[in-house]
Amino acid sequence: MELTLTSDQEALVDAFAGFLAKESPPQAVRAAEPLGFDARLWSKAVEMGVATMALPDGGAALLDLALLAELVGRHLAPIPFVEAAVAGRVLGEQRQLATIALRPAVDGVARLVPAAAVATAVIALDGNELVVVEGRPLPLAANMASAPLADCDLHAGERTVLATGAEAVARHARALDEWRALAASVLYGIAASALDIAVAYAKQREQFGKPIGAFQSIAHRLADDATAVQGLQLLSRKAAWALDDDPTEGGRLAAMAYLWGGEVANKVAGDSLHYHGGYGFMLEYDIQLHFRRAKLWSVAMGDPRAAYTRLGYQLFSGAA
Amino acid sequence: MNFASTERAESFRAEVRGFLAEHVTDEVRRRVEETGTHHDWGLHRAMADRHWIAASWPEEYGGLGWGPWEMNVLEEELFLAGAPRDGMSLTMTATNAIHHAGSDEQRRSVIPRVLSGEILLCLGWSEPDAGSDSASAKTRAARDGGSWVINGQKMFTTMAHEATYVFLLTRTNTEVPKHRGLTMFLVPTDTPGFELQPVHTLGGERTNITFYSDVRVPDSARVGEVDHGWDVMRVALSYEHGTSWGAHLERLVQRGAAWARATGRIEEPSVAERLARAATDAEVAMLLGQYSAWVGESGRISDVEASMAKLFSSEALVRHSGELVDVIGPEALLKDGQPGSVADGDFEHAYRQSVVRTIYAGSSEMQRNIISQRGLGLPRG
Repeated sequence: MELTLTSDQEALVDAFAGFLAKESPPQAVRAAEPLGFDARLWSKAVEMGVATMALPDGGAALLDLALLAELVGRHLAPIPFVEAAVAGRVLGEQRQLATIALRPAVDGVARLVPAAAVATAVIALDGNELVVVEGRPLPLAANMASAPLADCDLHAGERTVLATGAEAVARHARALDEWRALAASVLYGIAASALDIAVAYAKQREQFGKPIGAFQSIAHRLADDATAVQGLQLLSRKAAWALDDDPTEGGRLAAMAYLWGGEVANKVAGDSLHYHGGYGFMLEYDIQLHFRRAKLWSVAMGDPRAAYTRLGYQLFSGAA
Repeated sequence: MNFASTERAESFRAEVRGFLAEHVTDEVRRRVEETGTHHDWGLHRAMADRHWIAASWPEEYGGLGWGPWEMNVLEEELFLAGAPRDGMSLTMTATNAIHHAGSDEQRRSVIPRVLSGEILLCLGWSEPDAGSDSASAKTRAARDGGSWVINGQKMFTTMAHEATYVFLLTRTNTEVPKHRGLTMFLVPTDTPGFELQPVHTLGGERTNITFYSDVRVPDSARVGEVDHGWDVMRVALSYEHGTSWGAHLERLVQRGAAWARATGRIEEPSVAERLARAATDAEVAMLLGQYSAWVGESGRISDVEASMAKLFSSEALVRHSGELVDVIGPEALLKDGQPGSVADGDFEHAYRQSVVRTIYAGSSEMQRNIISQRGLGLPRG
């Protein structure tokens, strides 16, 4: 076990963190609403190479992508980094902005596909076929989180079958494992920055003659939150690492990291908002941006509790 | 960055696992259960023969020079095997402090006997009115010529009935702030005036109240400087706070999963969900423990990280012990040996035992103070 970033990873993280700090401040995040997409920011990110490096021959490990996804979460960057990375790895190319449906299509329609309101290609599992449908970005399904969700009729565009039968299911499952690991990293980033905001506010805001962070009722909840955030960083990074380096563990860890990441991000963002008192409820304060996005990422695949149940069957039924 | 264990650690893991399979027999477990003494001399001495009880120490001092990472492997395997480990861990908490702060004579006369597995030490810290606030100890040590006379009472002196020495926290000065009037002693348990009374606990574990009535010890029994006992305590506490219970939770998950498969109840959604949540928390708990070990391995002091590992793992253990009893149902309450009992009564035992994990070795509240003040920089209340 070696938890220090390599010098390459450090350089990558520094460059992308500097880029997002400058190009994706809260004003830019707000300006990109309600679509949740900043085309200028995305084209700059593509210029930096963050899209192509995700490709199987792009030279990046999944862990490197996870480190970037953490920063996307931290800065709430309105770019479909995770979607494009996972879709690009399925297609093996990045000539256009592609995304992937997380839930199987019903009656030929993939519903509420992340980034489908800005992408020109959607990958989906349609029955026993893994397909990609190309066309124009689809109409936005306006939502609480200001995310570019859209419904995609899989017969309405230019449809190509990528794989059928068991191969289709396996490739889709592998893509979802990768999505879960990277989504866990985004959730870690959201939680870590919500925690930073909470700690800074608890030091500065005074009530009853002292900073509210001096009250144990707040300090102790923050200690629990900090512990959970640390645990999530470790689990999400281990999941991304394992998908490349320890295939027997990768799927299990990705599922755990994603489910646990959803719980942590929602709790920490909710706690952080709560410590702001009434100010946390005002749109002017940034914490509501985290609060809304934490829920978006954690519910994107459906009920987390049902997913925990499926994970239990997979791990323990002995059938797998 | 990678999460792979080292070849050295994994070959060591295999060795430890084989050793524990041989030495932690059903008979050992039964004796521990019956007596409540979480220590077995046979196991302890066999570990001492392999230099495992102080494996983190340099070879010149009788250890093996292992890093925190290998030590974490040893801890994980002890938990997974359900091995009794209190005698060893209490002894080493005190011995580490003596190694740092003791006199040459103490190091020469006590440490070799500890490392050979001959003797145990116990901790005389808590008092009836001093639990988490151990610096408010009132047990008095008064100088009398070249010796000290000790009077007072200590709570939860676990293993005192097996130990050769109590590592005792006393008050030597009442005229200064509480942290600056404390002195540590190493008191032989056969000293006249020392008495103990057993205390039986919810978890089945036996502990003791120890009484000190005009216990007279020479000045050579003092550990560290007069009135500087808190400095010695801080060293000891840094070892004590490092316990992570992740592997213990993992053992429960494995036993719960075996039960669910054998009975077919894994098919029930609420059972599958509960096991998956417990397995996830066990993974996080073990990662936090490994992270703390890795920080130590990198040569930094792991205090906030150790607190996070202890806090999360002990709280998760309490939570999931209760949840696992719930999914199994009233059968989980049956004692080992009762017809229909589940997993040798492990779940009812874990449910009773786990509550103390969030209390001793730094209560959850103390750990949250450490994390919020030293980790997050929040002001003291």
